[in-house]
Amino acid sequence: MSVEVDMDKCMHCGACVGTCPENVLFLNDLLLEVNKGCIDCELCVKVCPVGALKLRGD
Amino acid sequence: MKPKTGGKIDCDVLVIGAGPIGCTAARFAAKNGAENVLVIEKRQEIGSPVRCAEGVSLSWLEELEIDDLGDAIKWKVKGAKLYSPSGHKMTIGKELAGDEVGAVLERDVFDKEMAVLAAKEGVDFMLKTTAKDVIKENGEVVGVKAENMGEKFEIRAQLVIGADGFESQVGRWGGVYDTLKPSDIMTCFQYRLSNIDFDPEHTHFYLGSVAPGGYLWIFPKGEDKANVGLGLQLSRLDGNKTPKDYLDEFIEDHEEFDKGQAVDMVAGGVCVDHPPDSVITDGLMLVGDASRVVDPITGGGIANGMKQAKIAGEVAAEAVEEGKTDEEFLSRYEKRWRKRLEDKLWRNYLAKEKAMELDDEQFDMIVDALSDQDLDELSTEALLKAVADKHPELVESFKDML
Ligand SMILES: Cc1cc2nc3c(=O)[nH]c(=O)nc-3n(C[C@H](O)[C@H](O)[C@H](O)COP(=O)(O)OP(=O)(O)OC[C@H]3O[C@@H](n4cnc5c(N)ncnc54)[C@H](O)[C@@H]3O)c2cc1C
Repeated sequence: MSVEVDMDKCMHCGACVGTCPENVLFLNDLLLEVNKGCIDCELCVKVCPVGALKLRGD
Repeated sequence: MKPKTGGKIDCDVLVIGAGPIGCTAARFAAKNGAENVLVIEKRQEIGSPVRCAEGVSLSWLEELEIDDLGDAIKWKVKGAKLYSPSGHKMTIGKELAGDEVGAVLERDVFDKEMAVLAAKEGVDFMLKTTAKDVIKENGEVVGVKAENMGEKFEIRAQLVIGADGFESQVGRWGGVYDTLKPSDIMTCFQYRLSNIDFDPEHTHFYLGSVAPGGYLWIFPKGEDKANVGLGLQLSRLDGNKTPKDYLDEFIEDHEEFDKGQAVDMVAGGVCVDHPPDSVITDGLMLVGDASRVVDPITGGGIANGMKQAKIAGEVAAEAVEEGKTDEEFLSRYEKRWRKRLEDKLWRNYLAKEKAMELDDEQFDMIVDALSDQDLDELSTEALLKAVADKHPELVESFKDML
Protein backbone atom coordinates (compact mmCIF):
# COMPACT_ATOMS: atom_id res chain seq x y z
CA MET A 1 0.00 0.00 0.00
CA SER A 2 1.00 3.57 0.05
CA VAL A 3 -0.23 7.10 0.72
CA GLU A 4 -1.76 9.62 -1.61
CA VAL A 5 -1.45 13.38 -1.48
CA ASP A 6 -4.21 15.87 -2.08
CA MET A 7 -2.15 18.50 -3.90
CA ASP A 8 -4.98 21.02 -3.49
CA LYS A 9 -4.38 20.91 0.26
CA CYS A 10 -0.61 20.32 0.37
CA MET A 11 1.35 23.37 1.56
CA HIS A 12 4.75 21.93 0.59
CA CYS A 13 5.99 22.28 4.15
CA GLY A 14 7.94 19.03 4.42
CA ALA A 15 6.54 18.01 7.83
CA CYS A 16 5.74 14.57 6.40
CA VAL A 17 9.15 14.24 4.74
CA GLY A 18 11.05 14.72 7.99
CA THR A 19 8.66 12.39 9.82
CA CYS A 20 8.54 9.40 7.45
CA PRO A 21 10.52 6.58 9.10
CA GLU A 22 11.16 4.84 5.78
CA ASN A 23 12.34 7.84 3.77
CA VAL A 24 9.63 7.30 1.20
CA LEU A 25 8.64 10.95 0.78
CA PHE A 26 10.59 13.72 -0.92
CA LEU A 27 9.60 17.31 -1.50
CA ASN A 28 10.66 18.40 -4.93
CA ASP A 29 9.99 22.09 -4.36
CA LEU A 30 6.24 22.17 -5.00
CA LEU A 31 5.73 18.50 -5.73
CA LEU A 32 5.52 15.88 -3.01
CA GLU A 33 6.98 12.63 -4.35
CA VAL A 34 5.78 9.35 -2.86
CA ASN A 35 8.41 6.68 -3.57
CA LYS A 36 8.36 2.93 -3.01
CA GLY A 37 8.70 1.40 0.44
CA CYS A 38 5.69 2.77 2.34
CA ILE A 39 4.86 0.64 5.41
CA ASP A 40 1.43 2.20 6.05
CA CYS A 41 2.46 3.57 9.45
CA GLU A 42 0.31 6.64 8.80
CA LEU A 43 2.67 8.99 10.64
CA CYS A 44 2.71 11.28 7.60
CA VAL A 45 -1.09 11.29 7.56
CA LYS A 46 -1.13 12.35 11.21
CA VAL A 47 1.68 14.89 11.07
CA CYS A 48 0.31 16.81 8.09
CA PRO A 49 -0.76 20.20 9.51
CA VAL A 50 -3.64 20.46 7.02
CA GLY A 51 -4.68 16.83 6.49
CA ALA A 52 -3.46 16.53 2.90
CA LEU A 53 -2.36 12.88 3.09
CA LYS A 54 -4.31 9.66 3.36
CA LEU A 55 -3.72 5.96 2.95
CA ARG A 56 -4.38 4.85 -0.60
CA GLY A 57 -7.76 3.23 -0.82
CA ASP A 58 -9.03 4.74 2.44
CA MET B 1 26.68 30.38 -10.78
CA LYS B 2 29.27 27.66 -11.27
CA PRO B 3 30.52 26.48 -14.64
CA LYS B 4 30.05 22.80 -15.37
CA THR B 5 32.83 20.84 -16.98
CA GLY B 6 31.91 17.50 -18.51
CA GLY B 7 28.47 17.59 -16.90
CA LYS B 8 30.03 17.92 -13.49
CA ILE B 9 30.80 20.63 -10.94
CA ASP B 10 33.74 20.57 -8.57
CA CYS B 11 34.04 22.56 -5.38
CA ASP B 12 35.79 22.45 -2.02
CA VAL B 13 32.80 22.88 0.27
CA LEU B 14 29.26 22.08 -0.89
CA VAL B 15 26.36 23.24 1.28
CA ILE B 16 22.92 21.70 0.68
CA GLY B 17 20.17 24.20 1.53
CA ALA B 18 20.24 28.00 1.55
CA GLY B 19 18.32 28.48 4.79
CA PRO B 20 19.89 30.84 7.32
CA ILE B 21 21.98 28.01 8.69
CA GLY B 22 23.40 26.82 5.38
CA CYS B 23 24.19 30.38 4.36
CA THR B 24 25.94 30.99 7.67
CA ALA B 25 28.03 27.81 7.46
CA ALA B 26 29.05 28.78 3.91
CA ARG B 27 29.80 32.35 4.97
CA PHE B 28 32.15 31.29 7.77
CA ALA B 29 33.84 28.65 5.62
CA ALA B 30 34.65 31.34 3.03
CA LYS B 31 35.53 33.93 5.63
CA ASN B 32 38.06 31.54 7.15
CA GLY B 33 39.80 30.82 3.91
CA ALA B 34 37.89 28.13 1.97
CA GLU B 35 37.97 29.34 -1.61
CA ASN B 36 35.50 27.33 -3.55
CA VAL B 37 32.27 27.25 -1.54
CA LEU B 38 28.97 26.46 -3.25
CA VAL B 39 25.44 26.51 -1.81
CA ILE B 40 22.65 24.73 -3.67
CA GLU B 41 18.99 25.45 -2.93
CA LYS B 42 16.04 23.63 -4.41
CA ARG B 43 13.65 26.56 -4.17
CA GLN B 44 13.55 29.33 -6.73
CA GLU B 45 13.57 31.98 -4.04
CA ILE B 46 15.65 31.94 -0.87
CA GLY B 47 13.51 32.33 2.25
CA SER B 48 10.16 31.81 0.57
CA PRO B 49 7.68 30.40 1.39
CA VAL B 50 8.29 31.20 5.07
CA ARG B 51 8.06 28.29 7.52
CA CYS B 52 8.53 30.10 10.79
CA ALA B 53 6.89 32.13 13.56
CA GLU B 54 9.84 34.53 13.22
CA GLY B 55 10.50 35.12 16.92
CA VAL B 56 14.12 35.54 18.04
CA SER B 57 16.05 37.07 20.89
CA LEU B 58 18.56 39.74 19.97
CA SER B 59 21.41 38.41 22.07
CA TRP B 60 23.32 36.34 19.53
CA LEU B 61 23.95 38.79 16.69
CA GLU B 62 27.35 39.83 17.96
CA GLU B 63 28.58 36.25 18.20
CA LEU B 64 27.51 35.81 14.59
CA GLU B 65 29.33 38.97 13.54
CA ILE B 66 26.16 40.60 12.26
CA ASP B 67 26.11 44.38 12.73
CA ASP B 68 22.69 45.23 11.54
CA LEU B 69 19.66 43.26 10.45
CA GLY B 70 18.02 46.27 8.82
CA ASP B 71 14.66 45.48 7.28
CA ALA B 72 14.84 41.86 8.42
CA ILE B 73 13.59 42.96 11.86
CA LYS B 74 9.91 43.73 11.56
CA TRP B 75 8.99 44.42 15.18
CA LYS B 76 10.51 44.45 18.65
CA VAL B 77 8.95 43.36 21.93
CA LYS B 78 9.66 44.10 25.59
CA GLY B 79 8.84 40.70 26.97
CA ALA B 80 6.58 37.69 26.94
CA LYS B 81 3.27 36.76 28.52
CA LEU B 82 2.37 33.21 29.48
CA TYR B 83 -1.26 32.10 29.84
CA SER B 84 -2.51 28.99 31.60
CA PRO B 85 -5.66 27.17 30.42
CA SER B 86 -7.99 28.88 32.87
CA GLY B 87 -6.48 32.30 32.26
CA HIS B 88 -3.75 32.76 34.87
CA LYS B 89 -1.09 34.99 33.42
CA MET B 90 2.54 35.81 34.02
CA THR B 91 4.76 38.40 32.39
CA ILE B 92 8.43 37.98 31.70
CA GLY B 93 10.74 40.71 30.49
CA LYS B 94 12.37 43.97 31.28
CA GLU B 95 9.16 45.93 31.52
CA LEU B 96 10.51 48.54 33.87
CA ALA B 97 13.66 49.24 31.93
CA GLY B 98 11.69 49.24 28.71
CA ASP B 99 14.46 47.48 26.82
CA GLU B 100 13.48 45.59 23.75
CA VAL B 101 14.64 42.04 24.23
CA GLY B 102 12.97 40.11 21.48
CA ALA B 103 12.38 40.63 17.80
CA VAL B 104 9.99 39.32 15.22
CA LEU B 105 11.67 38.91 11.87
CA GLU B 106 10.62 39.05 8.27
CA ARG B 107 12.08 35.59 7.67
CA ASP B 108 12.16 35.86 3.90
CA VAL B 109 14.13 39.12 4.14
CA PHE B 110 16.32 37.68 6.89
CA ASP B 111 17.17 34.53 4.93
CA LYS B 112 18.13 36.54 1.86
CA GLU B 113 20.23 38.83 4.03
CA MET B 114 22.13 35.81 5.36
CA ALA B 115 22.74 34.72 1.75
CA VAL B 116 24.00 38.21 0.87
CA LEU B 117 26.48 38.11 3.77
CA ALA B 118 27.77 34.79 2.42
CA ALA B 119 27.93 36.09 -1.16
CA LYS B 120 30.03 39.01 0.09
CA GLU B 121 32.60 36.49 1.32
CA GLY B 122 32.75 34.94 -2.15
CA VAL B 123 30.27 32.06 -1.75
CA ASP B 124 28.55 30.84 -4.96
CA PHE B 125 24.82 30.04 -5.06
CA MET B 126 22.74 27.87 -7.37
CA LEU B 127 18.96 28.10 -6.99
CA LYS B 128 16.35 25.63 -8.23
CA THR B 129 19.02 23.00 -7.73
CA THR B 130 18.02 19.91 -5.76
CA ALA B 131 20.28 17.30 -4.18
CA LYS B 132 18.70 13.90 -4.98
CA ASP B 133 21.23 11.62 -3.30
CA VAL B 134 24.71 11.67 -1.85
CA ILE B 135 27.59 10.05 -3.74
CA LYS B 136 29.68 7.77 -1.56
CA GLU B 137 33.02 6.26 -2.49
CA ASN B 138 34.70 3.80 -0.12
CA GLY B 139 32.24 4.81 2.56
CA GLU B 140 33.06 8.49 2.24
CA VAL B 141 30.66 11.18 1.03
CA VAL B 142 32.28 12.84 -1.99
CA GLY B 143 29.42 14.85 -3.43
CA VAL B 144 25.78 14.72 -4.48
CA LYS B 145 23.63 13.88 -7.45
CA ALA B 146 21.84 17.08 -8.35
CA GLU B 147 19.10 18.34 -10.63
CA ASN B 148 18.67 21.86 -11.93
CA MET B 149 15.71 22.73 -14.14
CA GLY B 150 15.47 19.27 -15.63
CA GLU B 151 19.20 18.74 -16.01
CA LYS B 152 20.93 16.00 -14.00
CA PHE B 153 24.56 16.26 -12.97
CA GLU B 154 27.05 15.51 -10.20
CA ILE B 155 28.57 17.97 -7.79
CA ARG B 156 31.82 16.77 -6.27
CA ALA B 157 33.23 18.33 -3.11
CA GLN B 158 35.95 17.72 -0.56
CA LEU B 159 33.38 18.30 2.13
CA VAL B 160 29.57 18.30 2.04
CA ILE B 161 27.52 20.22 4.63
CA GLY B 162 23.88 19.12 4.98
CA ALA B 163 21.78 22.17 5.95
CA ASP B 164 18.54 20.90 4.47
CA GLY B 165 16.29 21.65 7.41
CA PHE B 166 13.66 19.54 9.20
CA GLU B 167 12.97 17.51 6.08
CA SER B 168 16.69 16.59 5.89
CA GLN B 169 17.46 13.70 3.61
CA VAL B 170 21.20 14.33 3.41
CA GLY B 171 21.74 13.01 6.93
CA ARG B 172 19.73 9.89 6.15
CA TRP B 173 21.34 9.27 2.76
CA GLY B 174 24.68 9.68 4.50
CA GLY B 175 23.64 7.14 7.14
CA VAL B 176 24.26 9.55 10.01
CA TYR B 177 21.16 9.04 12.11
CA ASP B 178 17.83 7.35 12.66
CA THR B 179 14.32 8.58 12.17
CA LEU B 180 12.51 10.63 14.80
CA LYS B 181 10.13 9.45 17.51
CA PRO B 182 6.60 10.87 17.25
CA SER B 183 7.01 12.40 20.73
CA ASP B 184 9.90 14.46 19.40
CA ILE B 185 8.01 15.91 16.45
CA MET B 186 5.88 19.05 16.58
CA THR B 187 3.41 19.71 13.81
CA CYS B 188 2.61 23.39 13.33
CA PHE B 189 0.15 25.68 11.65
CA GLN B 190 0.03 29.47 11.65
CA TYR B 191 -1.81 32.43 10.16
CA ARG B 192 -0.44 35.90 9.86
CA LEU B 193 -3.47 37.85 11.01
CA SER B 194 -4.00 41.51 10.29
CA ASN B 195 -6.58 43.82 11.83
CA ILE B 196 -6.51 42.28 15.30
CA ASP B 197 -6.91 43.85 18.71
CA PHE B 198 -4.11 42.77 21.07
CA ASP B 199 -1.06 43.84 23.10
CA PRO B 200 1.72 44.22 20.51
CA GLU B 201 4.49 44.92 23.03
CA HIS B 202 4.76 41.29 24.12
CA THR B 203 4.92 37.86 22.62
CA HIS B 204 2.12 35.66 23.97
CA PHE B 205 2.24 31.96 24.81
CA TYR B 206 -0.82 29.81 25.63
CA LEU B 207 -0.19 26.52 27.42
CA GLY B 208 -2.21 23.34 27.93
CA SER B 209 -4.88 21.65 25.89
CA VAL B 210 -5.20 24.46 23.31
CA ALA B 211 -2.04 22.87 21.92
CA PRO B 212 -1.42 19.41 23.43
CA GLY B 213 2.27 18.78 24.05
CA GLY B 214 3.22 22.17 22.61
CA TYR B 215 1.94 25.73 22.83
CA LEU B 216 0.06 28.38 20.94
CA TRP B 217 1.85 31.62 20.10
CA ILE B 218 1.01 35.18 19.16
CA PHE B 219 4.10 36.99 17.87
CA PRO B 220 3.42 40.63 16.98
CA LYS B 221 4.41 41.99 13.59
CA GLY B 222 2.93 45.45 14.10
CA GLU B 223 0.32 47.34 16.12
CA ASP B 224 -2.53 45.26 14.74
CA LYS B 225 -0.92 42.24 13.14
CA ALA B 226 0.72 39.08 14.40
CA ASN B 227 1.76 35.55 13.63
CA VAL B 228 -0.82 33.41 15.39
CA GLY B 229 0.05 29.74 15.35
CA LEU B 230 0.55 26.56 17.29
CA GLY B 231 2.69 23.48 17.51
CA LEU B 232 1.31 20.12 18.68
CA GLN B 233 3.13 17.00 19.67
CA LEU B 234 2.57 14.36 17.02
CA SER B 235 1.89 11.57 19.51
CA ARG B 236 -0.78 13.70 21.23
CA LEU B 237 -2.91 14.41 18.18
CA ASP B 238 -6.47 13.48 18.71
CA GLY B 239 -8.30 11.55 16.00
CA ASN B 240 -8.69 13.34 12.72
CA LYS B 241 -8.26 16.84 14.09
CA THR B 242 -5.42 18.67 12.34
CA PRO B 243 -3.28 21.49 13.78
CA LYS B 244 -5.21 23.83 11.49
CA ASP B 245 -8.47 22.69 13.14
CA TYR B 246 -7.04 23.40 16.61
CA LEU B 247 -5.96 26.88 15.55
CA ASP B 248 -9.24 27.71 13.83
CA GLU B 249 -11.07 26.78 17.04
CA PHE B 250 -8.87 29.04 19.17
CA ILE B 251 -9.31 31.98 16.81
CA GLU B 252 -13.06 31.44 16.70
CA ASP B 253 -13.19 31.49 20.52
CA HIS B 254 -11.23 34.75 20.99
CA GLU B 255 -12.94 37.99 20.20
CA GLU B 256 -9.69 39.93 19.74
CA PHE B 257 -9.50 38.14 16.41
CA ASP B 258 -13.10 38.79 15.33
CA LYS B 259 -12.09 41.25 12.62
CA GLY B 260 -8.81 39.51 11.85
CA GLN B 261 -7.92 38.56 8.30
CA ALA B 262 -5.23 36.07 7.39
CA VAL B 263 -2.73 37.40 4.89
CA ASP B 264 -0.50 34.35 5.04
CA MET B 265 -0.65 30.67 6.01
CA VAL B 266 2.31 28.65 7.25
CA ALA B 267 2.69 24.95 7.96
CA GLY B 268 5.69 22.97 9.09
CA GLY B 269 7.34 20.37 11.28
CA VAL B 270 9.80 20.98 14.09
CA CYS B 271 12.08 18.44 15.73
CA VAL B 272 12.28 18.72 19.51
CA ASP B 273 14.58 15.75 20.07
CA HIS B 274 17.75 15.85 22.15
CA PRO B 275 20.94 16.29 20.11
CA PRO B 276 21.74 13.11 18.14
CA ASP B 277 24.82 11.04 19.03
CA SER B 278 26.57 12.07 15.86
CA VAL B 279 26.11 14.68 13.14
CA ILE B 280 29.14 13.75 11.03
CA THR B 281 30.48 10.97 8.87
CA ASP B 282 33.43 10.81 6.48
CA GLY B 283 33.11 13.79 4.14
CA LEU B 284 29.86 15.09 5.65
CA MET B 285 28.74 17.42 8.42
CA LEU B 286 25.14 18.27 9.31
CA VAL B 287 24.09 21.64 10.66
CA GLY B 288 20.96 23.49 11.82
CA ASP B 289 17.58 21.77 11.79
CA ALA B 290 19.16 18.96 9.78
CA SER B 291 21.30 18.21 12.86
CA ARG B 292 18.41 18.59 15.30
CA VAL B 293 19.60 21.48 17.42
CA VAL B 294 16.24 23.22 17.77
CA ASP B 295 15.55 24.27 21.35
CA PRO B 296 13.18 21.54 22.60
CA ILE B 297 11.27 23.93 24.86
CA THR B 298 10.67 26.87 22.55
CA GLY B 299 10.99 25.17 19.17
CA GLY B 300 13.31 28.00 18.14
CA GLY B 301 16.06 26.87 15.82
CA ILE B 302 17.52 30.00 14.28
CA ALA B 303 19.88 31.15 17.04
CA ASN B 304 21.18 27.67 17.95
CA GLY B 305 21.63 26.72 14.32
CA MET B 306 23.48 29.91 13.45
CA LYS B 307 25.88 29.51 16.39
CA GLN B 308 26.53 25.94 15.33
CA ALA B 309 26.89 26.95 11.66
CA LYS B 310 29.64 29.41 12.48
CA ILE B 311 31.63 26.56 14.03
CA ALA B 312 30.84 24.28 11.08
CA GLY B 313 32.14 26.93 8.68
CA GLU B 314 35.34 27.38 10.66
CA VAL B 315 36.00 23.64 10.76
CA ALA B 316 35.16 23.30 7.05
CA ALA B 317 37.82 25.88 6.24
CA GLU B 318 40.35 24.04 8.41
CA ALA B 319 39.44 20.71 6.81
CA VAL B 320 39.91 22.03 3.28
CA GLU B 321 43.14 23.77 4.23
CA GLU B 322 44.59 20.57 5.67
CA GLY B 323 43.02 18.30 3.07
CA LYS B 324 41.42 16.14 5.76
CA THR B 325 37.68 15.53 5.77
CA ASP B 326 37.44 12.14 7.49
CA GLU B 327 35.25 11.63 10.51
CA GLU B 328 38.22 11.80 12.84
CA PHE B 329 39.17 15.26 11.62
CA LEU B 330 35.56 16.45 11.59
CA SER B 331 35.15 15.37 15.20
CA ARG B 332 36.59 18.77 16.11
CA TYR B 333 33.30 20.19 14.79
CA GLU B 334 31.38 17.85 17.09
CA LYS B 335 33.51 18.81 20.07
CA ARG B 336 33.23 22.55 19.52
CA TRP B 337 29.52 22.84 18.80
CA ARG B 338 28.62 20.49 21.62
CA LYS B 339 30.69 22.55 24.03
CA ARG B 340 28.79 25.64 22.91
CA LEU B 341 25.25 24.21 22.86
CA GLU B 342 24.80 20.69 24.15
CA ASP B 343 24.27 21.19 27.90
CA LYS B 344 21.47 23.63 27.33
CA LEU B 345 19.86 21.46 24.68
CA TRP B 346 19.82 18.47 27.02
CA ARG B 347 18.48 20.50 29.93
CA ASN B 348 15.68 21.91 27.80
CA TYR B 349 14.93 18.47 26.38
CA LEU B 350 14.47 17.06 29.88
CA ALA B 351 12.35 20.06 30.79
CA LYS B 352 10.24 19.47 27.70
CA GLU B 353 9.75 15.81 28.58
CA LYS B 354 8.51 16.94 32.01
CA ALA B 355 6.23 19.62 30.57
CA MET B 356 4.66 16.98 28.31
CA GLU B 357 3.34 15.18 31.38
CA LEU B 358 1.49 18.21 32.75
CA ASP B 359 -2.26 18.55 32.46
CA ASP B 360 -4.31 21.74 32.37
CA GLU B 361 -4.72 21.83 36.14
CA GLN B 362 -1.00 21.62 36.68
CA PHE B 363 -0.32 24.38 34.16
CA ASP B 364 -2.85 26.52 36.01
CA MET B 365 -1.13 25.81 39.31
CA ILE B 366 2.35 26.62 37.98
CA VAL B 367 1.47 29.82 36.15
CA ASP B 368 -0.59 30.96 39.13
CA ALA B 369 2.32 30.32 41.49
CA LEU B 370 4.66 32.30 39.26
CA SER B 371 2.34 35.16 38.45
CA ASP B 372 3.51 37.23 41.42
CA GLN B 373 7.18 36.93 40.45
CA ASP B 374 9.12 39.49 38.51
CA LEU B 375 11.18 37.75 35.91
CA ASP B 376 13.50 40.23 34.28
CA GLU B 377 15.15 37.94 31.89
CA LEU B 378 13.37 36.58 28.87
CA SER B 379 15.03 33.18 28.88
CA THR B 380 14.09 29.56 29.36
CA GLU B 381 16.72 29.32 32.08
CA ALA B 382 15.20 32.14 34.12
CA LEU B 383 11.78 30.56 33.77
CA LEU B 384 12.99 27.10 34.79
CA LYS B 385 14.75 28.55 37.82
CA ALA B 386 11.55 30.27 38.88
CA VAL B 387 9.64 27.00 38.47
CA ALA B 388 12.32 25.22 40.53
CA ASP B 389 11.78 27.72 43.32
CA LYS B 390 8.06 27.03 43.62
CA HIS B 391 7.85 23.44 42.39
CA PRO B 392 11.18 21.68 42.90
CA GLU B 393 9.58 18.32 42.09
CA LEU B 394 9.09 19.41 38.48
CA VAL B 395 12.78 19.98 37.86
CA GLU B 396 14.03 16.93 39.77
CA SER B 397 15.23 15.13 36.62
CA PHE B 398 17.51 18.00 35.56
CA LYS B 399 18.10 20.03 38.69
CA ASP B 400 21.88 19.72 38.37
CA MET B 401 21.69 21.49 35.05
CA LEU B 402 20.06 24.63 36.41
C1 LIG C 1 5.83 26.80 12.12
C2 LIG C 1 7.25 27.01 12.57
C3 LIG C 1 7.53 28.06 13.44
C4 LIG C 1 8.84 28.30 13.84
N1 LIG C 1 9.10 29.38 14.63
C5 LIG C 1 10.38 29.69 14.98
C6 LIG C 1 10.66 30.88 15.73
O1 LIG C 1 9.77 31.65 16.04
N2 LIG C 1 11.96 31.13 16.06
C7 LIG C 1 12.98 30.30 15.68
O2 LIG C 1 14.15 30.57 16.03
N3 LIG C 1 12.74 29.17 14.97
C8 LIG C 1 11.47 28.85 14.60
N4 LIG C 1 11.21 27.72 13.86
C9 LIG C 1 12.33 26.87 13.47
C10 LIG C 1 13.12 27.53 12.34
O3 LIG C 1 12.25 27.83 11.28
C11 LIG C 1 14.24 26.62 11.88
O4 LIG C 1 15.02 26.28 13.00
C12 LIG C 1 15.13 27.28 10.83
O5 LIG C 1 14.44 27.54 9.65
C13 LIG C 1 16.29 26.34 10.54
O6 LIG C 1 17.07 26.83 9.50
P1 LIG C 1 17.81 25.81 8.54
O7 LIG C 1 18.63 26.69 7.64
O8 LIG C 1 18.46 24.74 9.32
O9 LIG C 1 16.65 25.09 7.73
P2 LIG C 1 15.56 25.72 6.71
O10 LIG C 1 15.27 27.12 7.04
O11 LIG C 1 14.44 24.74 6.70
O12 LIG C 1 16.32 25.67 5.34
C14 LIG C 1 16.61 24.46 4.67
C15 LIG C 1 16.75 24.78 3.21
O13 LIG C 1 17.21 23.62 2.51
C16 LIG C 1 16.52 23.49 1.31
N5 LIG C 1 16.59 22.08 0.91
C17 LIG C 1 16.02 21.01 1.55
N6 LIG C 1 16.30 19.87 0.92
C18 LIG C 1 17.08 20.20 -0.15
C19 LIG C 1 17.70 19.43 -1.19
N7 LIG C 1 17.57 18.09 -1.23
N8 LIG C 1 18.41 20.09 -2.14
C20 LIG C 1 18.55 21.46 -2.10
N9 LIG C 1 17.99 22.23 -1.12
C21 LIG C 1 17.27 21.61 -0.16
C22 LIG C 1 15.12 23.95 1.64
O14 LIG C 1 14.42 24.33 0.47
C23 LIG C 1 15.40 25.13 2.57
O15 LIG C 1 15.52 26.35 1.87
C24 LIG C 1 9.90 27.44 13.42
C25 LIG C 1 9.60 26.37 12.57
C26 LIG C 1 8.29 26.16 12.13
C27 LIG C 1 8.02 25.03 11.20
